[in-house]
Amino acid sequence: MNPVSLSEYLMVSGILFAIGLAGVIVRRNIIVIFMCLEMMLAAANLTLVAFSRHNLSTFDGLPDYNGQVLVFFIITVAAAEVAVGLAIIVALYRARQTVNVDDLTSMRG
Amino acid sequence: MPQVLFYLFSVLAVLSACLMVIVKNPVSSALWMVGAFVGMAALFVGLNAYFVGIIQILVYAGAIMVLFVFIIMLLDLKAEEKRVWKPANIAAGAVVPTILLLQILGVLLKSDFEPFQELDLKTAATAHQQASLDLYQEKAKKAGEEFDPADVPVGKIQANLEDNQLPDVHLVGRTVFAGRADKAASQSFGFDDTSNNLPLQVMGVLLVVATIGVVVLSKKGSPAKSN
Repeated sequence: MNPVSLSEYLMVSGILFAIGLAGVIVRRNIIVIFMCLEMMLAAANLTLVAFSRHNLSTFDGLPDYNGQVLVFFIITVAAAEVAVGLAIIVALYRARQTVNVDDLTSMRG
Repeated sequence: MPQVLFYLFSVLAVLSACLMVIVKNPVSSALWMVGAFVGMAALFVGLNAYFVGIIQILVYAGAIMVLFVFIIMLLDLKAEEKRVWKPANIAAGAVVPTILLLQILGVLLKSDFEPFQELDLKTAATAHQQASLDLYQEKAKKAGEEFDPADVPVGKIQANLEDNQLPDVHLVGRTVFAGRADKAASQSFGFDDTSNNLPLQVMGVLLVVATIGVVVLSKKGSPAKSN
């Protein structure tokens, strides 16, 4: 029925993760870096949902819902992380008047 | 999920993600992020994960995007647009993800996954009916009562499955609060409780800690400011 294979879902997930990783490395704006981190988390979710649909339960032949529950928890963690992260960014901006990571070097040894 | 829709939404997600990284204005980045998340939510729906797809749109495209745009507006980041990217950063940002992608591609080309099987809801309904029959029979045996199969109520999951609908939310809820319906499989893991009650409570504690943390961080005279 579903002509798209699991490998294609995993590849899309990998591409999205790679784009997020590229953004984290290239961008210097800490808010955009944070968005790219969210993208990487969401790409991992796609893998979990694809495997949950692929490995059908031997009991009733429905998707393995433990994977989807894990996705639900990851979304919760991501939401909490965004709230704390943005609060840290606001505090950082109030202290330094910048969100550029090249200017935030006081942790450098 | 039809192939056309899969490629449509994959391209939407990947293109939006690329644009999110490329555009210089952070507000545009936030809006392209929404495009990527909507494309991914559509992929979730195509994988019969309706609940996760809806939650993805509500939480990511709704709440998180608003939070990002609000902070960007609050900090007034227009001046940051004029910066140019360093060539060293661009090179690293191109090479490292490419190596990662090649590695994933190498694994996927070697792997041999079976194709997705169509969900058989009628068989699933029978399995759930049998599981609840077994459960009530065991209960009646323990209580020393007569067991009558006609007394066993038809659960919401079973009723929906018989109507050829996938009770996605109920099944997720059952996995969180009750664990697996088949006791035999849960005992094969070596423990009875296959529910996710404990992780759920840990999640609640995490949200409380995050709330308190945000309040402390954004208080006036916070440690970040006094240094």
